[in-house]
Amino acid sequence: MADGLTMTRRNMAHLVRTPEEVALYFLLPIMFVLVFGYVFGSGMALPDGGDYREFLLPGVFAMTMLYGLGATGSAVAVDAGRGVIDRFRSMPVARSALLTGRSTADLLRALLETSVLLVCGLLVGWEWHRGVGRALAAVALVLALRVAITWIGIYLGLVVRDPDTVGMIVFPLAFPLTAVSNVFTAPELMPDWLGTVAEWNPLSATVTAIRELFGNPGLGGGGWASDNALLLAIGWPVLLTAIFAPLSVRTYQKQGD
Amino acid sequence: MAEHAIVTEGLRKRYRDTYALDGVDLAVRTGTVHGLLGPNGAGKTTAVRALATLLRYDAGRAEIRGFDVARQPEEVRERIGLTGQYAAVDEQLSGRQNLVMFGRLHKLGRAAAKRRADELLERFRLTEAAGKNAGAYSGGMRRRLDLAASLVRSPEVLFLDEPTTGLDPRSRNDVWDTIRSLVKGGTTVLLTTQYLEEADQLADRISVIDAGRVVAEGTADELKATIGADRVEVVVRDAADLFGVAALISRVCGVEPETDQDTRRVSALVADRVTALTEVVRALHAAGVVVEDIGTRRPTLDEAFLRLTGRRTAEKSVSATGVAR
Ligand SMILES: Nc1ncnc2c1ncn2[C@@H]1O[C@H](COP(=O)(O)OP(=O)(O)OP(=O)(O)O)[C@@H](O)[C@H]1O
Ligand SMILES: [Mg+2]
Repeated sequence: MADGLTMTRRNMAHLVRTPEEVALYFLLPIMFVLVFGYVFGSGMALPDGGDYREFLLPGVFAMTMLYGLGATGSAVAVDAGRGVIDRFRSMPVARSALLTGRSTADLLRALLETSVLLVCGLLVGWEWHRGVGRALAAVALVLALRVAITWIGIYLGLVVRDPDTVGMIVFPLAFPLTAVSNVFTAPELMPDWLGTVAEWNPLSATVTAIRELFGNPGLGGGGWASDNALLLAIGWPVLLTAIFAPLSVRTYQKQGD
Repeated sequence: MAEHAIVTEGLRKRYRDTYALDGVDLAVRTGTVHGLLGPNGAGKTTAVRALATLLRYDAGRAEIRGFDVARQPEEVRERIGLTGQYAAVDEQLSGRQNLVMFGRLHKLGRAAAKRRADELLERFRLTEAAGKNAGAYSGGMRRRLDLAASLVRSPEVLFLDEPTTGLDPRSRNDVWDTIRSLVKGGTTVLLTTQYLEEADQLADRISVIDAGRVVAEGTADELKATIGADRVEVVVRDAADLFGVAALISRVCGVEPETDQDTRRVSALVADRVTALTEVVRALHAAGVVVEDIGTRRPTLDEAFLRLTGRRTAEKSVSATGVAR
């Protein structure tokens, strides 16, 4: 536990020491809101006729979490590719500390990102309509998604062990996930089979669930997946974490073997 | 306390078709420095990593302070320090932040970790650079920080994998002094090196390792002795005297000497170097030959190594020996 905290502090110290990277990091979601909200937003129609920026913001929350994959993955790859991981492993430090430290630090970072997005959203006219309690529950779901993505990122970093390669892998991995989802458009507007895929996309589950909690438009066309979005928005992150966390710990223990 | 701090028996590690370790036996007495000497690819790093619980060996047994490395890694980690071949520090943190972090991970309190960090920064002449990112350190500074990091909590057994590679002579001497003072304090050190001079200077005993096997073991003197006798060497002032002196040495010592025109040197293998030297000096004096230098020389570890492995050591070790002299 104490080791995990030390590792978390280490990762936060990295953030403090590289402010320009952090600034860049927060710029991305803000750009998403502005570009998609204003450039595409004016030409987009929703099936239920709601406001596009109201529709878009929950999607941007989820998408921002997804793109955290790159940051997590390359940070872990930097460690894995260098000798420092050897030192940690040769010390009497809890085996999981490096990884839980990373995932905690990334969660804190996601909390910051989410706050920035909330403010940004309010500025472009998005709001939550169903009370602070539900809005907070929505934020919790967003963070749950981030936890799962963090563990996938950790695994990726440990396997690839080179930050540049991680950077190259992330986009082709993340882009289809955002494109074939309900982030930018309603799955009802896609060809049948693609719509189904989009509905079952873990990203879509979270987005639908938080649209519901925020009271934003775009709740989906009544397939099983969109009707049970809340369940899936909890189930997907739990499942992914249950797979990738132990897998990561095992890979970490075998590093350099 | 047990007599041996490090013991291995038949340690094996295979990577696909090569044995990085092919049955390594070691026994390192508590409180001594043991040198692991070998050329590139001999298996030095693999041995150190196996002992430091970083990789699993395929066969054999390894114990550190009586704890089995494979079965009791936690106990082993409590007692060891490691400075790997490649600097193992966090390059995105400052030198001080690194040492404080490692102190905290070693369960030091916050204040104690800071105090220890400052002590070590001072000792390794890093105080001035303490606030800089370790990534911006020079190779030598990073190496020193790395060594400092492995001493945060004085380890019982310290593994040093080529600790002075890339250091300037002054930093190298610092590291040597540090190692000597640690050993005085009771630490056991396993040191890998390609620098013959380094093993000669520091190690109580040396294992020569090649292709994953220990090919010879002993003190530096014993290893040198395995390749035989000492030499008497004479350097004449005038090259014209070379053959006269060679004949004289041949008569006095009863062996055929080697002569080298370029260095004006005559040298001969002798059984008893002191007697031989005395007699050669006397004979030279009687013959009235002016010599520039005269002395006895033990075989270098380099020669021993060549003899034991049938190969030259890595080029850099040869030049390094030159630097160290
Ligand atoms: N991860 C690995 N995968 C495959 N082969 C490896 C691996 N690590 C080491 N080897 C091989 O094992 C042998 C011993 O390597 P090792 O790094 O232990 O040598 P070394 O004595 O430390 O050499 P150097 O002086 O160059 O550091 C070499 O043949 C090397 O190629
Ligand atoms: Mg090596």
